[in-house]
Amino acid sequence: MAGHHHDEPESDIALRVKAIESLLAEKGLVDPVAIDHLVDYYENRVGPRNGAAVVARAWTDPAFKARLLDDATAAIAELGYSGLQGENMVALENTPEVHNVVVCTLCSCYPWPVLGLPPVWYKSPPYRSRIVREPRAVLEEFGMAVPRDVEVRVWDSSAEIRYLVLPMRPAGTEELGETELAGMVTRDGMIGVAPV
Amino acid sequence: MDGIHDMGGMHGFGRVEREADEPVFHHDWEKRVFAISLQAADSVGFVDDHLRRSIERIPPDIYLTASYYELWLRSMEAIFEEKGILSPDATERRMVELKRSAGDG
Repeated sequence: MAGHHHDEPESDIALRVKAIESLLAEKGLVDPVAIDHLVDYYENRVGPRNGAAVVARAWTDPAFKARLLDDATAAIAELGYSGLQGENMVALENTPEVHNVVVCTLCSCYPWPVLGLPPVWYKSPPYRSRIVREPRAVLEEFGMAVPRDVEVRVWDSSAEIRYLVLPMRPAGTEELGETELAGMVTRDGMIGVAPV
Repeated sequence: MDGIHDMGGMHGFGRVEREADEPVFHHDWEKRVFAISLQAADSVGFVDDHLRRSIERIPPDIYLTASYYELWLRSMEAIFEEKGILSPDATERRMVELKRSAGDG
């Protein structure tokens, strides 16, 4: 590609993107105002808080949990979360015997409606290459040592399916309500690289 | 397609580096690339698989060193060119115009 050098400085990339946006806008193929709205949506309105609400509901409502494990797309939609990259959701339940962890080895597949856009490490070669070969070692680097007698299952989302890990409810939280519980659930817990 | 992108199980990439308090986007242009691609997917007519195929055609040396949204940008441009919507020349010309008008302002 002429003039598209890999080592071009950020300002040149920014200028290039501006040029492309203006040309596409002239052709009516993009709308700059709609672009602003999309950016705001994915930057501020969608994120792991959505997934945390799903997890907290599953922890407190057994019927919802059953529906989530049966048809995650439909159960998640009950809470109002759906859309791009969430069309075929599967919930993976962590148990005392099984720990689940999610990757996209080919690129960056990630369940946007419940977790937002993925962090850079999730899309990075070290994570993608290693989590399928030595998951326990990678999890230890994340600060999560999985006991030997717990099976680790790695799910590669390089297809249409997007996964949400349902972490185990922490001990001693019996008194907590759904909102407080949701506050304990982390993004990394729902990818499967942290305990909660 | 076999290639560098299919990196599950590969050796030698080292530790997973994480960024504390990572923002959703690191640069404003990344926001635009992201949202342009969502809109253009509808208006131009392409799906994730096109974008991924196009990303997978990026040479390995660039694939491994370019940032994520730079790969999206390249991939999107390749699709636009393939579909006859936007040529690299037109983009270059517009860049020059934008630079000039910014200088005048």
